[in-house]
Amino acid sequence: MLDPEDKDAGRRVVEAPFAAALSRLMDARDDLCVVTADLSKWTDVLPFAKAHPDRFVQVGMAEQNLMGVTAGLAKTGLLPIAVTFGVFATRRAYDQIAMSLATRPCKAIIAGFLPGLDSRFRGTHQAIDDLAIIRSLPGVTVIDPGDATELEEAVVAAADRDGLTYVRCSRGRAEALFEPAPFRIGPPRQLADGDGGMGVVTTGAATRWVAEIRPPGVAHLHVPTLKPFPAGEVAAFALDHARVVSVENHLLHGGLGASVAQAMAARGVATPLDARGIDDRWGEYGRPEYSRDRLGLGPDALRAVLSGERVAA
Amino acid sequence: MKDLQNDTADRAQAYQAARMRRAVIEMCRGPGQGYAGQGLELADVMAVLFHGHLREQDRFVLSTGHAAIALYAALWSIGRMTDEQIRTYGYDGTHVEESPLDDLDGFEVTGGSLGQGPSQAAGMALGERMRGSDAHVVCEVSDGELQEGSVWEAVMFAAARDLSNLTLLVNDNGEQADGATAEVLGIGPLAPKFEAFGLHAISVDGHDIPALRDALDAARAHDGPAAVIARTVPGKGVTTFDRFARVHYVRTDADTWQNAADELDAALAALG
Repeated sequence: MLDPEDKDAGRRVVEAPFAAALSRLMDARDDLCVVTADLSKWTDVLPFAKAHPDRFVQVGMAEQNLMGVTAGLAKTGLLPIAVTFGVFATRRAYDQIAMSLATRPCKAIIAGFLPGLDSRFRGTHQAIDDLAIIRSLPGVTVIDPGDATELEEAVVAAADRDGLTYVRCSRGRAEALFEPAPFRIGPPRQLADGDGGMGVVTTGAATRWVAEIRPPGVAHLHVPTLKPFPAGEVAAFALDHARVVSVENHLLHGGLGASVAQAMAARGVATPLDARGIDDRWGEYGRPEYSRDRLGLGPDALRAVLSGERVAA
Repeated sequence: MKDLQNDTADRAQAYQAARMRRAVIEMCRGPGQGYAGQGLELADVMAVLFHGHLREQDRFVLSTGHAAIALYAALWSIGRMTDEQIRTYGYDGTHVEESPLDDLDGFEVTGGSLGQGPSQAAGMALGERMRGSDAHVVCEVSDGELQEGSVWEAVMFAAARDLSNLTLLVNDNGEQADGATAEVLGIGPLAPKFEAFGLHAISVDGHDIPALRDALDAARAHDGPAAVIARTVPGKGVTTFDRFARVHYVRTDADTWQNAADELDAALAALG
């Protein structure tokens, strides 16, 4: 889902949901500003930049400064949204996010684009570790929207939340799974009831991956908020099923699967958990569909896992 | 008349600087240790800033986290902190931490990870301008911090966005954690570097109060961002510390702290 040519025909798509969120926020508030580090054309910010040049801040190719300037803007009472690729935000400017934005904390939003396998480029652009990195910061809210509608609504909802919020974002023609509805930070969404056997927990793009191939009888819990993690709801879901699978567009380390396991263990829920994600390696070069297949996250592999077949990760 | 006014300001600010130095010693003598060098070397700069230069709407950013003691002394000198508060400096559980976070009153940024003040000060200057405020932002940054690349990202940005309401105040004390800045990583003449990055640079003796006042006024008046490079001497104002090879973090005995306190009490009496 990186570029228009990558979109499979027949899937419902929404044009530039992040741009739509910025437009809605600008209509509703007088404190919004958008800050970017040389990536406005590649993050759906350009329409905002052209329409509101007085509220658009270009810092150039300088992510540390991106986060510092964002913090400074927040400390004057504005609501800044720092926009860049997730890899650059979380890896290159982590200390600035931690020490400039997260200690007070500032009220600000970081939009991290190209989550997981969204990009063709391997380690350089595929943010497969951003959730683990950002989730470790005290007090930060972390959201991995399941589709274009949820992305737009999550950014709008984050603007009303105190403190720092990180939202994984997709650009261009983003896939839509849900009907538009206001986003509530925290609660999971149960997308399908099951027969009590298999339950699957997903976040972000993996929610769409699973929704497309989910066998009948498999219950499906979508968890867009990674932090604060709805541990009680997730553990209760696990308790209600004989087996649980988690799927995420991220490394297994420190993401959804780790959160599900911790939630279950802390509550003594002993349901077997099969966590699926990227297993301690860099991604593959290529379209998301190709990478997913190579990493054991393609439709056939997920269908087999959810059908109860034992599949090696 | 003008000279008389300046003379009065000189005396008042010199007196406040001596008060701050005395407060620095008071903060350190309890726990027997602290960043006395930074507190003493910045007292003249802080006296000019907090007793004349900064207006109500202006903002002061202390980028060098462990120089917090200088800001505590300044906040105490204007009545924003009490005697009781500053005497808890460095003790377990205190809010008056040696290197605090920005959740503490008076601290605009978390400065312990060095080099992060300038970007935030630039963001504040831009934000104040966007909000239509005439606030001026003064950001202290140490010479050692200039080795952090993030400082220069901020300087480039300040110049490109023509942030006339931003002054960088470089505390050029010639020292950093591992030793003399010139020996750890010589960074050469500073003014030409700032000039090359598009800032107006003014070099000044960081203990010459009238010169500091003029330099900060000139920086504020300049059409564009400016850097005031203030040469300072660690431990300045207390000859007791002359026997220390380096006055960075001071850990010494009660007699030495008492000697420093006596020395400053005498200086205060002479100024008062």
